Amino acid sequence: MIKFGIGQSLARVEDARLLRGLGRFTDDIAPPRSVQMYVLRSPHAHAEIGGIDFRAARAMPGVHTILTGEDAAADDLGGFPSMVPSTAPGGGPNFTPPFAIIAHGKARYAGQPVAIVVADTLEQAKDAAEAIIVDYEPLPAVASLADADAPGAPLVWNECPDNLDALATFGDKGVVDAAFEKAASTHSVEVRISRVSANPMESRTALGEWNEAEERYELTGGMQSPHMLRAQLAECVFKIPPNKIRVRAFDVGGGFGMKGVPHPEPALVLWAARKVRRPVRWTSERSEAFLSDCHSRDHTSRCELALDSGARILALRFFARANLGAYLSLAGLHCAQGNIGHLSGVYTTPAIYAEVRSYFTHTVPIGPYRGAGRPEAITVLERAIDAAAFDLRMDPAELRRRNLIGPDQMPYDTGFQFTYDSGNYPVSQTKAEEAAGWANFEERRLESLRRGKLRGIGMGHIVEIAAGMNDEMGAIDVEADGSVTISTGFHNHGQGQETTMRQLVSEFLGVPPDRIKYRDSDTDVQPFGFGSAGSRAAAVGGALFKAISEKIIEKGKVIAAIMLDTSAEEIDFVDGTFTARSTNRTATLAEVAALAHQPMGLPQGMEGGLSHKQMFRPKGPTFPNGCHICEVEIDPETGRSEILGYWVCEDVGRSINPMIVAGQMHGGVVQGLGQAMGEFIEYDEEGQLLTGSFMDYQMPRALDMPQITTISNNVPSPNNPLGIKGAGESGTVGAMPAGLNAVCNALQPLGIRHFDMPATPWRVWQAIQHAGGIEALHKAAHETA
Amino acid sequence: MTNTLTMTVNGASVTRDVPANTLLVHFLRDSLRLTGTHVGCDTTQCGACTVHLDGSAVKSCTTLAMTCEGSDVTTIEGLASGDTLHPMQEAFRANHGLQCGFCTPGFVMSAIKIVERLGSGFDDTALREELEGNICRCTGYHNIMKSIRAGAEAMTSKQKTSPDNGAE
Ligand code: FES
Ligand code: FES
Repeated sequence: MIKFGIGQSLARVEDARLLRGLGRFTDDIAPPRSVQMYVLRSPHAHAEIGGIDFRAARAMPGVHTILTGEDAAADDLGGFPSMVPSTAPGGGPNFTPPFAIIAHGKARYAGQPVAIVVADTLEQAKDAAEAIIVDYEPLPAVASLADADAPGAPLVWNECPDNLDALATFGDKGVVDAAFEKAASTHSVEVRISRVSANPMESRTALGEWNEAEERYELTGGMQSPHMLRAQLAECVFKIPPNKIRVRAFDVGGGFGMKGVPHPEPALVLWAARKVRRPVRWTSERSEAFLSDCHSRDHTSRCELALDSGARILALRFFARANLGAYLSLAGLHCAQGNIGHLSGVYTTPAIYAEVRSYFTHTVPIGPYRGAGRPEAITVLERAIDAAAFDLRMDPAELRRRNLIGPDQMPYDTGFQFTYDSGNYPVSQTKAEEAAGWANFEERRLESLRRGKLRGIGMGHIVEIAAGMNDEMGAIDVEADGSVTISTGFHNHGQGQETTMRQLVSEFLGVPPDRIKYRDSDTDVQPFGFGSAGSRAAAVGGALFKAISEKIIEKGKVIAAIMLDTSAEEIDFVDGTFTARSTNRTATLAEVAALAHQPMGLPQGMEGGLSHKQMFRPKGPTFPNGCHICEVEIDPETGRSEILGYWVCEDVGRSINPMIVAGQMHGGVVQGLGQAMGEFIEYDEEGQLLTGSFMDYQMPRALDMPQITTISNNVPSPNNPLGIKGAGESGTVGAMPAGLNAVCNALQPLGIRHFDMPATPWRVWQAIQHAGGIEALHKAAHETA
Repeated sequence: MTNTLTMTVNGASVTRDVPANTLLVHFLRDSLRLTGTHVGCDTTQCGACTVHLDGSAVKSCTTLAMTCEGSDVTTIEGLASGDTLHPMQEAFRANHGLQCGFCTPGFVMSAIKIVERLGSGFDDTALREELEGNICRCTGYHNIMKSIRAGAEAMTSKQKTSPDNGAE
């Protein structure tokens, strides 16, 4: 048998069906008698809804039902809660309006569901929706974070003055202020983290069914966490026990955090399915996705560094404003303030103080997107480091090096929020610098300058929390022939878990991969789980399956001892075989499983079977880290940036499948660069979305993106038995600052100290013009020549 | 208003009655239940819907089904022969050219036509330009490039040894 275990770059099991077009995405499923749902959405960012006249629409061909917020209120349907408590500006708990599944009386963002039409075909539903007359009274809206608390700004919620929902502070301000007093130099930078949309290529989708026989709802959909969604649908929306809802997911075409957040439509299809007693299908169109998917980031902040005379960081102060949108999504406040611990970065920073103000605006709620607060905090920190280096005329790599946490300091308590598990940051930086040719960069800059181009290099040296949500439930069901079926609360949406989870179980139990079945997440299979998010599945899943396997082996040894006529203590288990120590008597897992399923052959009182299900909590979270370097060249005539190279030296701890880890890194990096270089969501002053399609929203394409060199400097984590750290998000966390620092570095010869993302040609060109244009560049070229 | 439409899809002749405004992608997905061809956008930007129509890669989300009367269409489901993947599919598998797999059918269909037009001697920039009409959110394109390069090698070397292999 070719070993199929931990550490091997095995081709993925799931690819066979996906490559043949035989995947099972939710929109591929069309049950008999199913009908289509169309969501009529508010065209206004803020409006009073006087009445909805749908009599004519209801009579149109194919229409089964039309439902509005009034019906939802009559059925006592609730909304989705926020999972993060915070503090109101005057103290006490913050105001927490649930994320409504349909507007009732008032619309608070353009794109909010106002009515649903269920018809035989989507065309019929759309035609009927056009015949619905909604009596809107448009109201003034506040559509941007900058205007959220401007004097006289319209309120999203009367309960929330100045639209300021939460004011959270972290750290000891007195200590930090005192450190700033004694500093040899202080440096401040204001950074805007633009608003973006996750845009998985499969947009959100949901199939709702009412199971008449079992009197319960059944949901199939593109999601990351079926269990969390079920819990919220049951408790908050329908107010029924969770076992009255089954939620499952099959193939999911990307999620990136966004699909981990409950959105209105899964609730709406279930509600409608029960009304019309038919399966109800809904798939978001892309323009609908831009309006209604939770957006992400949208954050401005000022970061200040206090340095001593040796350029060592004494303290950091951080003041941020975060947009929440019109409602609190499940993780909206988490993105704003839940990952503020990342301000420590990879540096020894004795004192940190942070203040985060979170505001409502008349925009779609903010949700998580690859990193969920991590890239925000880290990008600001890494920009502050580069700005300080600019002020001190110092190499930013050198400034970093002087402040890095050393490997001998691990595990390292940052004194702020996190205790880092392990890592060798200085070596990662050295390896990345060598790969990128950091030391010779100035020569390349001059060479570009001679061609009239601006060349820049940027570093993002990052650490991020993974596997923060520690608990997970899993099961290994062992059949009587020793083949196994594995299930967890995770759900694969591209990370290769069908392969990596098999690798784990194959390693632990010695079962060949073709005898392992991986089950998609299904709340009927097991009652609990947290899903795939926060770079957790590898680290938590590794520990979980190890724990379950150990239980199976422990019981297997007792049974093997009966077969081999010895005691369980005398049995060893290696590669799927039980051996009586110092003998040649063996029993395979299959043989042991066979006896386990014949209780007559087992001692009195012994439970039959070998299957085991449990929850598990590893010791602590993990901290993947890495040094990212990006090199760009800007054409000052057009403002266009070309990314010339990208290098990352990463530490993901022990990796289950290095090929998959590299893939996660590539994808993560491009999402980070996508945001730094081009993506942004924009609303106009009235709250109308201006970037509502792939024509207006610049998704990174092959031509815009570089080859990515990945180097490993893996240091196993002591916080779980396999030493796995996780790989899902760190690429994005590193690429946003590395890309942005490279652009800022390229603009530096023009005297530009900071430039805000996204580095679109238009914005870069404008910045160059403001700094004196090409003439200034020629002058700079002359001076350096 | 429905019309009768006949075309060849993956080698078999099919006839269905469809409304005149049916798009090819919906004809494939809804009428024929060939759901490997995906829809990723509504502005002809993403290429998830790419199929082969009379020998060219086209976006089936922007093609009216009625204009394909009598045409020969190949979808992702029509590439493999039995258990043997098309060399381009195999190259994506071997090089981890897919993550969630949603964009993948479109990339594979585009890639095959790129190689049929350009052979295997293209440079990176040319290939990246050729992929202008396909968006992938997961892979960062790095391994897609690698996959297409490997697929091109396999397709062209196969063509040299046996002329009617490697294409559809
Ligand atoms: S679905 Fe055809 S290009 Fe996007
Ligand atoms: S693999 Fe997910 S979009 Fe390309």
